[in-house]
Amino acid sequence: MRGSITLEELTVSFNGVRVLHGIDLAIGPGETLGLVGESGSGKSVTWLAALGLLPPKAKVSGRVMLNDRNLLDMPDSKLTGIRGGRIAMIFQDPVSALNPMLTVKRQIGETLALHRGLSGAAIKAEAKRLLDLVGIPDAERRLNAYPHEFSGGQNQRVMIAMALAGQPDLLVADEPTTALDVTIQAQILDLLALTQRETGMALVLISHDLGVVSQVCDRVAVMYAGRIVEEAPVERLFEHPAHPYSQGLMGSLPAIDGPRRRLTAIGGTVPDASSLPAGCSFAPRCAFAETQCHEQIPLLAGIGRDHSVACLVSEAQPSAAIRYSRQKEQRIEA
Amino acid sequence: MKMSSLKAIGFRAVRSLVTLLLCVTLVFVILRAAGDPSEELLPPETPPDIRQEYRVQWGLDRPIVVQYLNFLSRVARGDLGESFASDLPATELVMRAIPKTILLGGSAFLLATLIGMSLGVTAALRHGTAVDRSLIAAAVLGYSMPVFFLGILLILVFALQLRVLPSSGSSSPVHLILPTITLALPLAGRVARFARTATLEVMGKPFIRTARAKGLGQLAVILGHALPNAMVPLLMFFGIEIGLILSGAVVTETIFAWPGLGRLLVDSVNMRDLPVVQAVILMITLIIVLSNLFVDILHALLDPKVSLARTLGGAG
Ligand SMILES: Nc1ncnc2c1ncn2[C@@H]1O[C@H](COP(=O)(O)OP(=O)(O)O)[C@@H](O)[C@H]1O
Ligand code: SF4
Ligand SMILES: [Mg+2]
Repeated sequence: MRGSITLEELTVSFNGVRVLHGIDLAIGPGETLGLVGESGSGKSVTWLAALGLLPPKAKVSGRVMLNDRNLLDMPDSKLTGIRGGRIAMIFQDPVSALNPMLTVKRQIGETLALHRGLSGAAIKAEAKRLLDLVGIPDAERRLNAYPHEFSGGQNQRVMIAMALAGQPDLLVADEPTTALDVTIQAQILDLLALTQRETGMALVLISHDLGVVSQVCDRVAVMYAGRIVEEAPVERLFEHPAHPYSQGLMGSLPAIDGPRRRLTAIGGTVPDASSLPAGCSFAPRCAFAETQCHEQIPLLAGIGRDHSVACLVSEAQPSAAIRYSRQKEQRIEA
Repeated sequence: MKMSSLKAIGFRAVRSLVTLLLCVTLVFVILRAAGDPSEELLPPETPPDIRQEYRVQWGLDRPIVVQYLNFLSRVARGDLGESFASDLPATELVMRAIPKTILLGGSAFLLATLIGMSLGVTAALRHGTAVDRSLIAAAVLGYSMPVFFLGILLILVFALQLRVLPSSGSSSPVHLILPTITLALPLAGRVARFARTATLEVMGKPFIRTARAKGLGQLAVILGHALPNAMVPLLMFFGIEIGLILSGAVVTETIFAWPGLGRLLVDSVNMRDLPVVQAVILMITLIIVLSNLFVDILHALLDPKVSLARTLGGAG
């Protein structure tokens, strides 16, 4: 039974400062969604909030729907069945994300015991199979090793094995390759894509690197300052980025085989969450900004098949001309 | 057990031996530096011929190196001379006092760990709330209270005012209560403060979030993931605390007339009973070195990352 997961108007504040301003996002069964944006745009907080993993001081509102149930209304005792079982999450730095005092068998075994009811020899056999699956050589012997005995890339493979152990419907991978060497990054992305295809689970890949996301994902959501500013199929986004920020991201993408850079090619920096501009959060950095941009917050609205954008100025969007002419035609017909 | 932990344990055992040897040497040097030991070790009214006999008997007329080696071999055999207050061998007096101190120190340690750990962990889990703040205040009050003050306060309240508990002696288990509390409360304050910090630190680690993300409940996360990581710093902390407990025991035993090592030390210093003073000091050294070795061995067994390189480079 695989359901889709929908975030509705998800809002998060820390100490009265709103860092997430109503996120709407849907992931269907088996889908791959990329979430991109500069560091601090709220990508991690979105999914930590969805799984109830933020510290208690975080105020979370909205809905996280899975099979008609709102995860945000669930008591922690119920949520534990979802975490790791229906929705698994892996993190940026695999070395610190694994417990240094416990063997990998124990750490993978915990998930197997919790969500698959395995015990004893069955845990050992399945943990070994999972380590084989994620490409850890000599898995049988390595079961009793500790995280510090593995390399960074191998630790991320162990994290992936641990996530797969619960046979989740959705795997959220939060910057899974950011802490790794470039050559290892490609291997881990391949592994994620491969296991995603083999298990049929849905995948949310969080990255500040549009290049990484485009390698694996069907659909991309671009985040800026706690909002989704554009959402589109990956080819569409590459060909017709509609939001000036997305266009900036494209512009900062290096040639296919060139070195990958951080998303800093757009002038200026992300505004601080505690002092956002009154209108569009991107306005201070936007080349197309008009008076209304400083007064009115743009809402995410559809501009074509599976394509939505949050921008007030149509001239800012290269594809806008096409959209407007189509609307005119419709009006003439009517 | 892994080879690396065996090596680390071996290294630490050797280091403990060296520490012991250094302490014994220090005692020897201090005793000799203070002048002719026969002046110190024998009562002033001893006749000169007996004094000379004593010097020959204990080899005090021989070269200093020979004396040193003799001293070492006597210490190794547990022969530290006779108390001139009681004519009993100094080691025997020490052996009689040790169980009492271990009983008092051990129960204070258990009580302090029980109170300190539960309060410290509770405070950490309620970080920043009123519960946290009042527990911190209680802990500060606990560890900043001088032992003698606390002891006298308890005697005033429970022995003199309420008359429910005895204030001195060791004839029944009830006699253990007041000295245990006196010794335990300041330690409990330090344990609580340490446990709070250690818990806060470990609960903020990324692997705790991973453990929660895989669906473990709060208790399983604390016991299965946080505690194993807090164990090592906690062990180190307890290793240091053992010395503090022993020094607290000196005061506590004196206040409550508890016949342990601390009281024996104070009494024999008052009576200038040097063989006993020397024996007590060497015994306290032995206890501290052995318990630290025990802590080190536990550390090597618990921490998968312990290796010889770390041992050589690490503190402790
Ligand atoms: N535990 C926290 N306490 C306070 N603020 C936080 C916390 N976690 C994240 N934030 C804030 O939330 C915003 C979004 O952070 P995050 O989701 O981690 O960004 P991203 O993952 O996109 O780099 C940032 O402004 C960050 O400072
Ligand atoms: S709304 Fe205005 S400021 Fe914001 S992205 Fe569009 S053009 Fe730029
Ligand atoms: Mg992040």
